[in-house]
Amino acid sequence: MIVVLALAGGLGAAARFVVDTAVARRARTSVPVGTAVVNVTACLLLGLLTGWALGRPGRDGLLAVLGTGLLGGYSTFSTASVEAARLLLAGRRSAAVLHALGMLLACVGAAAAGVALTAP
Amino acid sequence: MTPAAPAGVPVPAPPTHAPPTPGAVALVAAGGSVGVLVRAALAQAVPAAPGGWPWTTWAVNVVGSLLLGVLLGVLQRGPDAGRRRAVRLGVGTGVLGGFTTYSTFAVEVQTLVAGGHVVGVAYALVSVVAGVAAAAAGLVLTGRRTRSAGAPAGAPGTGGRGDA
Repeated sequence: MIVVLALAGGLGAAARFVVDTAVARRARTSVPVGTAVVNVTACLLLGLLTGWALGRPGRDGLLAVLGTGLLGGYSTFSTASVEAARLLLAGRRSAAVLHALGMLLACVGAAAAGVALTAP
Repeated sequence: MTPAAPAGVPVPAPPTHAPPTPGAVALVAAGGSVGVLVRAALAQAVPAAPGGWPWTTWAVNVVGSLLLGVLLGVLQRGPDAGRRRAVRLGVGTGVLGGFTTYSTFAVEVQTLVAGGHVVGVAYALVSVVAGVAAAAAGLVLTGRRTRSAGAPAGAPGTGGRGDA
């Protein structure tokens, strides 16, 4: 179980790295968006998984591997914090607030949409 | 015809967002496994009470943000190459990226708010504000002073030779 969880977490982190790099290479924005794309998709997927598991008790192992492991490794809070902090330290206060609150609203909205789509 | 590059041709600096090499992806994956395992162990040891403040995720995310700020503050004293880049990818993107989680955090907020627990809104805002503050503190305490307007003069010099 621990081995599967570790593998899922590593896979998620690697996927985050690849997606973030791919988005960052294409996006020409002054505010970093790679982490936002990763986190919003992770929250949508965990919402879908959480809603699906609501009607199916006894799926704790699957929830741990996919939710805690894969999607937990894929999404990241620390990089999001550092990105907003760097905008703040560069004197770009409104960009920092937009980045932090925008990601929060988009991610919680994506999670809620996911749960609503699959909940019984 | 020699395979060596002609002398005098400048070697281009690596682009900021170079395509990930298999080695870099493996470093991130290895670090991510470690970070995820630590978070999973903490979440199992201190599970969140239904309807209550998810303290474990909160602490993981704020501490992880602080540590990533500290790490990147130290690493940005030198060029992002060689061992510095390996540490940034393995420990920063991998361990600390996998240790912290936005998906669990967002679903916790959604679950609390949908259950009528106002604490969910406070949990959301306090997590984000504390995370950004912790990351900023880590960057400022360890990093080379960025040239920003109104930066205080006479900050302790770090010498730019950090060998962490």
